[in-house]
Amino acid sequence: MNAIVNLNKLFKFNGGVHPPEHKFESTSMPIKVVSPPKTLVLPLRQHVGNVSKLQVNVGSHVLKGQLLAKADGQMSAAVHAPTSGTIVSVEDQLIPHPSGLPDISITLQSDGEDRWMAHQPIDYRNLSKAEVLERLREAGVVGLGGATFPSHIKLREDTRHPVKTLILNGAECEPYISCDDMLMRERAIEIVRGIEIMQYLLDAEECIIGIEDNKPEAASAMREACVQSTIDIAVAIVPTIYPGGGARQLIQVLTGKEVPSGKLPTDVGVQCFNVATAYTVHRLVNHGEPVISRIVTVTGNVKRPANFDVPLGMAMDELIKLAGGTAEQADLIMGGPMMGFNLPSSKVPVVKATNCIIVSAPEIFPEPQPALPCIRCARCADVCPVGLQPQELYWFSKSDNFEKARDYKLFDCIECGCCTYVCPSNIPLVQYYRYAKSEIIAQDKAKQAADIARERNEFRLMRIEREKAERAQKHAQRTAEATGNAGEDDAKKAAIASAVERVNAQKAGEASAKAEESN
Amino acid sequence: MLTALYVMIGLALLLGVVLGYSALKFKVEGDPLIARIDAILPQTQCGQCSYPGCKPYATAIANGEADINQCPPGGDAGVRALADLLGVEYKPLNAEHGVPKPKAVAMIEESLCIGCTLCIQACPVDAILGAAKQMHTVIESECTGCELCVAPCPVDCITMEPIAESPTNWKWRYPVIEIKQVAV
Repeated sequence: MNAIVNLNKLFKFNGGVHPPEHKFESTSMPIKVVSPPKTLVLPLRQHVGNVSKLQVNVGSHVLKGQLLAKADGQMSAAVHAPTSGTIVSVEDQLIPHPSGLPDISITLQSDGEDRWMAHQPIDYRNLSKAEVLERLREAGVVGLGGATFPSHIKLREDTRHPVKTLILNGAECEPYISCDDMLMRERAIEIVRGIEIMQYLLDAEECIIGIEDNKPEAASAMREACVQSTIDIAVAIVPTIYPGGGARQLIQVLTGKEVPSGKLPTDVGVQCFNVATAYTVHRLVNHGEPVISRIVTVTGNVKRPANFDVPLGMAMDELIKLAGGTAEQADLIMGGPMMGFNLPSSKVPVVKATNCIIVSAPEIFPEPQPALPCIRCARCADVCPVGLQPQELYWFSKSDNFEKARDYKLFDCIECGCCTYVCPSNIPLVQYYRYAKSEIIAQDKAKQAADIARERNEFRLMRIEREKAERAQKHAQRTAEATGNAGEDDAKKAAIASAVERVNAQKAGEASAKAEESN
Repeated sequence: MLTALYVMIGLALLLGVVLGYSALKFKVEGDPLIARIDAILPQTQCGQCSYPGCKPYATAIANGEADINQCPPGGDAGVRALADLLGVEYKPLNAEHGVPKPKAVAMIEESLCIGCTLCIQACPVDAILGAAKQMHTVIESECTGCELCVAPCPVDCITMEPIAESPTNWKWRYPVIEIKQVAV
C-alpha cells in the first residue's frame, strides 16, 4: 500500500477529554437484524434541508423500498418505505427532536410480507456522475454520523475545490455508541465497496479510513477488506480522544490541515464521510436499495445492550424491548451522553440520525449538580477542540450579548460538550451556546425578513408614485386635447365671422349700387 | 521667509482643491442616520408609531420630532438598539402606541372573501394576492403581521394567526438552573 499521506505521522488538535468509554457493553454481540414491526412512523424531515414532498396517498399500498416522499430541491433527501404495507395516515406526530414538537410524518401499516419493489444495481461507471448523484438524492442517502446532511451535495465534484483526500470517519469517539464499530467489524467489505464509489465520484487522490485505537477488531477487519479493494485505501489508527471523531478534528489529526473558520473541508481539499454513509452508498449502487434501515446501538439500562439493524420508523420502545429493557418511566437519550438529547417520548420513531439510544438511569447519569458561579479557571478553554474561549462565550451568551458572542466565533462551536464535562462549577455551558446560537439565527432571519419587507414597501410606494404620475400625465394630455379643440372652434368662428363680414360687405355694396341706381 | 509663505499658500490651494473635489465626488446621498435608524426598525410598516411607515418614523426620529419608544413590534430590544445608536437614555415602550405581540400572519377566510380588493390596497408590502371579484389570499412568507388589512375588510374575513412553534423555528431555551433548598 503506497499511501500518499505518511500515516506514521499523525497530528493533534487542541484539547479534548477522555470520558469513560462504555463501548464494551454493546459490542459483545453481533448486529441483530430486526424484522419490520406492525407500524412504522416516518417523519418527512429526517435530514438537513427542505422537507420532502409527499408522493403517496393515505390508503395506498406500497412495496418495500418504494418512494414515499421525494427530495424537494437540492438540499433535501427522499424517504422510502422500509417494508411493504398500507399508508394509514399522514399527520403531525412526535419526532425525535430536542424541541419535543410534533412534525409531519407518514404512518405505514406493515402487511407482514416485507415484499421488495423491483430494484436493480446502478451501473455507475456507465452513467454520468450527475446521474449517479441524482440517484443518491432520490434514494435518500444522507450522512449517517448524526448530522444527516444530504450526501449527494458533498459528493459533487467542484472544480474550484478539488477533493484530494477522501476521509472515512470510523473514529466514533463518543462514549456508549458502537454502531460504526460493529458495522466495520461485520460489513467491512461493503463499506470498502461504498468508498470505491465515493472515490470515483470525487476523483480523490487518496482515501483514508480513520479509526480510533479502542476499536482494534474494526481496524483489522477494515484492513483485510481494503486489501481486496481495487483502489488504495489506507487505514489510520488515531488515538482515542473525545471529540476526535468530529469531522474537522479527524481531518486535522490525519492531514494536519485545520479547516478555517467559516470554510468547508473542501476548501482545504478534503471531504469526510461516515463509514455508515459509505455502506448505504454501496447498498444503493450495488444492490439498488434506498436508505430504509440503519444500525442503532441500544445501551444503558437494558439487559442485553447490542447493535440492531433497524428499519427506519420503528418505535423506540419496541426496539428497547428487544434489548431487554423497558422504556417506561425512563429518560431516553438519542445520541451519546456528550452530544445527545433527551427524547420527548419513548414512542418516537428511529430516524436516519438515530445512531444510539441510551436508556438512562440515575446510577448511569446522576442528576447534575447545581451550577455554581464561574471561577474563570479556563479549564474549558484548555479542552476546547476548536480553540475557542468558552468562558467568554458563556458570559456573552448568558447576558444576551449576541454580537459579542458572534465575534468570539460562537458559530465555530461544535457543541461537543467538553467544556461542560470539565467545568468544576457544573455550568451547563453548551446549553448557553445553543440558546445563543438559536437566538442569533432567529434574529438574522428576522433581519432578512425585514430587509425584504423594506424592499417591497419601497417598491410599492414607488409604484403608487409612478401610477400617480401616469394618471397626472394622462389628465394633462386630455386637457391639452380639449384646448386644442377650442383653437379649432376659434378658427371656425373666425371663418364664419369673416364670411358674415363678406356677406355684409356684399349686401352693403349691393345696397349702395341700388341707391346709386335709384338716384 | 517668502519661500515658506509660498509653500504654505501652495499647500492650502492644493488641499483646497483636493477637498473640494472629494466633497463633490464622494458626496453622500441622503441622510445616513435615517438609514441606520431604519435598519433597526422591524419594517412591519404597521403605522403603530403614528407615522405612515418605518422610513417616515426613522426620519421623524432623526429630526427629533418623534421619541424612540413608539415601535411596539420592535419591542424592548429595538428601543435599546435605538438608544444605543442615538446616544440617548433608554425608556420603556410607550403603551399609547400599543404593546408587543407575538409575531402573527394574516389569514383570509377564503370562503367569506367577496373580492373587494380593500385589503390589497391596505397591505404595505404587497403580500395579498387577488383581483376584483376574485378570492384574495395572503402570501404568508411576505406578510409582516402589521394588521392593516384587518380593519378595511367589509366582511371581517381576515384574522391574525400567531406563528406556531415548529421544529424548524424552535429555539433552545435559556438554561434555567433549579434552585434547591438544601437546609431549612
